[in-house]
Amino acid sequence: MKLWKTILAAAVLSLGAAASAFAARTDLVIGIPLEPPHLDPTAGAAAAIDEVLYANVFEGLTRIGPNGEVLPDLAESWTISDDGKTYTFKLHTGVKFHDGSDFSADDVKFSLDRARADNSVNAQKGLFAQIDKVDVVDPATVKVTLKNPQGSFLYNMGWGDAVIVSPKSAETNKEKPIGTGPFKFQNWAKGSAITLVKSDNYWGAPVALDKVEFRIVPDAAAAVPALLSGDIQAFPFFDPDSVSQVKGDPRFHVVIGSTEGETILAINNKKPPFDKLQVRQAISFALDRKAIIDGASAGLGVPIGSHMSPASKDYVDLTGLYPHNVDKAKELLKEAGLEKGFKATLKLPPPTYARLGGEIIASELREVGIDLEIIPVEWAQWLDQVFTKKDYDLTIVSHTEPNDIDIYSRKDYYFNYDNPTFDKIIAELNLTSDEAKRKQLLGEAQKILADDAVVGFLYELPKVGVWDAKLQGLWENAPIQANDLTKVKWTD
Amino acid sequence: MTAYLLKRLIIAASTLVLASMVVFAVMEILPGDPARLMLGFNAGADQVEQLRNQMGLNAPLVPRYLHWAGGLLSLDFGRSYTYSVPVIDLVRERVVVSLPLALIALALSTIIAVPVGVFSASRQGRAGDALAMGAAQLGVAVPNFWFALMLIYLFAVWLRLVPAGGFPGWGAGIWPAVKSLLLPAVALALPQAAILARVARSALIEVLNEDYIRTARAKGLPYRAVLWRHALRNAMIPVLTILGLQFAFLLAGTIIIENVFYLPGLGRLVFQAINQRDLIVVESVVMLLVAAVIIVNLLVDFSYAVVDPRLRGRQ
Repeated sequence: MKLWKTILAAAVLSLGAAASAFAARTDLVIGIPLEPPHLDPTAGAAAAIDEVLYANVFEGLTRIGPNGEVLPDLAESWTISDDGKTYTFKLHTGVKFHDGSDFSADDVKFSLDRARADNSVNAQKGLFAQIDKVDVVDPATVKVTLKNPQGSFLYNMGWGDAVIVSPKSAETNKEKPIGTGPFKFQNWAKGSAITLVKSDNYWGAPVALDKVEFRIVPDAAAAVPALLSGDIQAFPFFDPDSVSQVKGDPRFHVVIGSTEGETILAINNKKPPFDKLQVRQAISFALDRKAIIDGASAGLGVPIGSHMSPASKDYVDLTGLYPHNVDKAKELLKEAGLEKGFKATLKLPPPTYARLGGEIIASELREVGIDLEIIPVEWAQWLDQVFTKKDYDLTIVSHTEPNDIDIYSRKDYYFNYDNPTFDKIIAELNLTSDEAKRKQLLGEAQKILADDAVVGFLYELPKVGVWDAKLQGLWENAPIQANDLTKVKWTD
Repeated sequence: MTAYLLKRLIIAASTLVLASMVVFAVMEILPGDPARLMLGFNAGADQVEQLRNQMGLNAPLVPRYLHWAGGLLSLDFGRSYTYSVPVIDLVRERVVVSLPLALIALALSTIIAVPVGVFSASRQGRAGDALAMGAAQLGVAVPNFWFALMLIYLFAVWLRLVPAGGFPGWGAGIWPAVKSLLLPAVALALPQAAILARVARSALIEVLNEDYIRTARAKGLPYRAVLWRHALRNAMIPVLTILGLQFAFLLAGTIIIENVFYLPGLGRLVFQAINQRDLIVVESVVMLLVAAVIIVNLLVDFSYAVVDPRLRGRQ
């Protein structure tokens, strides 16, 4: 009895202490599932790098806003020549790097030249492929000349891989990132947390938070008690399956937004029998997207009919092209001379959407006579066997890079898809900056991919965010891999 | 005694050499390319090759093994591919979490298990024994990640006595650091204690049936003195063996508990390194763990000699 009293007293005391700590907060602990391998956004593809540093520590010429729009950043304005090949950027003045050195046009030239150099290890080197030369006009003006006009150039410069770094710190950013952003790096306790603090000499609007800790919580089951105990106040990327545990709780906001992650059942287009259009179409008819979304993503996620996010202004709804129709699928297989069905493999990488979605898809394809052997693989194996060596029949993966429909025109890409008409459209798109014309070309591209049933288009990965109800300003959607904290504040 | 220890030492050294070969070979066979993992979907093959060269992955196998193994001898564990810092720095950061955690868990499990074992053995077949062994059975059967989550909900979410997870670092003070290790230690210790209690009980029961126990009782020694001074000491060898094995398990095999409590320990480091194909980290840390296990086993062998005087006399 006495023990219980002591425990209760301690509990009441610690509750009181916790409550008083809530007044006028300027600190924030954010939970992230994966630890970045290092802290240099210009030297790695891991989303976790950008999810800590983008817009917070590092800035680019332009940046991507909460709804995917291109906004000015270190470049306060720009002009584009009539032939669309020369971009002249006017830079902000009085900008300093966190090590105290001044930012100028020289740093822009250095960063862009470094990213496109022969020995560059920038994971998105393609973003810079059209740059012919970068000239420093004066300390606050930089001129970028392109080989060809490029419609997406300003967007490309807003990627995390295109942020501006200083030549003094470029080689050490992996351990100690130095940028121009409103937060500066303070500490990285490996395996545990990364801490950022407010930068006092920031050039732009000051941020409301003084200190932000990104705490690494790898286990989805641990996220719920961490929120409930108040240890962690926000999970911008929460496990969809755990949402039901916090949904009705008034202390938290549950925000379902969109990502750029097209989740697909990828098909090896050169490997028989998948080289036959009827077989791929049969697979598309056999898929029941609603059942897959319910089973693999707790009912969250928007169905797609081609490779484009439904949140995009260029999206065309093609989900009606292959409605779930088992008879139609069987008919098509019969046309392809496979009425007895066939066997194939399905390689599944670790994410839940793949492992759970794979089970459902295997049972759906079994209904039309396609017998799948499920092979679970790690990411390293997946990249090696599926992505690089193209040793696979079917696989499930989410392509999370924004605006990446051009991957279907890449030579030697793991889909093994080859369609000259599609390639021509993408080549034209790359040279087009007119918005209406781009929209039309992107529409055609989506239609071709759907007609060819290149892959089984499943759904757009949702962004499920859960955070303290008193917290404001976190992004609802994920148009780019980021946790932009520049507008985040506590309301009491 | 000396010969006994010398023999143990030679066995230990050759185990280390053999282990280094196996570890290196296994990691090389494992499919997956660390350079491709770092660069992701959008990088071209030439770029991956570029990074492989920078990482030194394109050097031939045997020279790389010799370079690595030679480094180990001079306590140079190489540099991490992904973190690009010396492996020893990563280990140093992690071991200050894993070692205290393992020691606290080991102490807890011993403190719980030995008295329970003695209690059960001395009441063999009676209600107390059945109850204690029933509890131990439950302790073995309950999955530790589930038990850990229950502990978190009770002590962190409801009572708010300890944090739900994470590790503030020893820089934050001894008590906050120890506090964040308490729940994980309990979650780790209970299943271990359950196993240990069963071993202690059966070892003790066996000893209690020996002739010299009856003799001791017959010459008039009180039951308690016989139990604690004569019987328990003779039952220690199996208990120590299990304890040694458990320590190795606690040091390396805590990946699940470290995940549930998001602790930056050695298990997490190895797990992460395997996923990122940070081969040098996996190889070096596994070798360190092998060395730790071998040393602990040597200590256990040595402690047999302390507990059992007959071993001291043997050649």
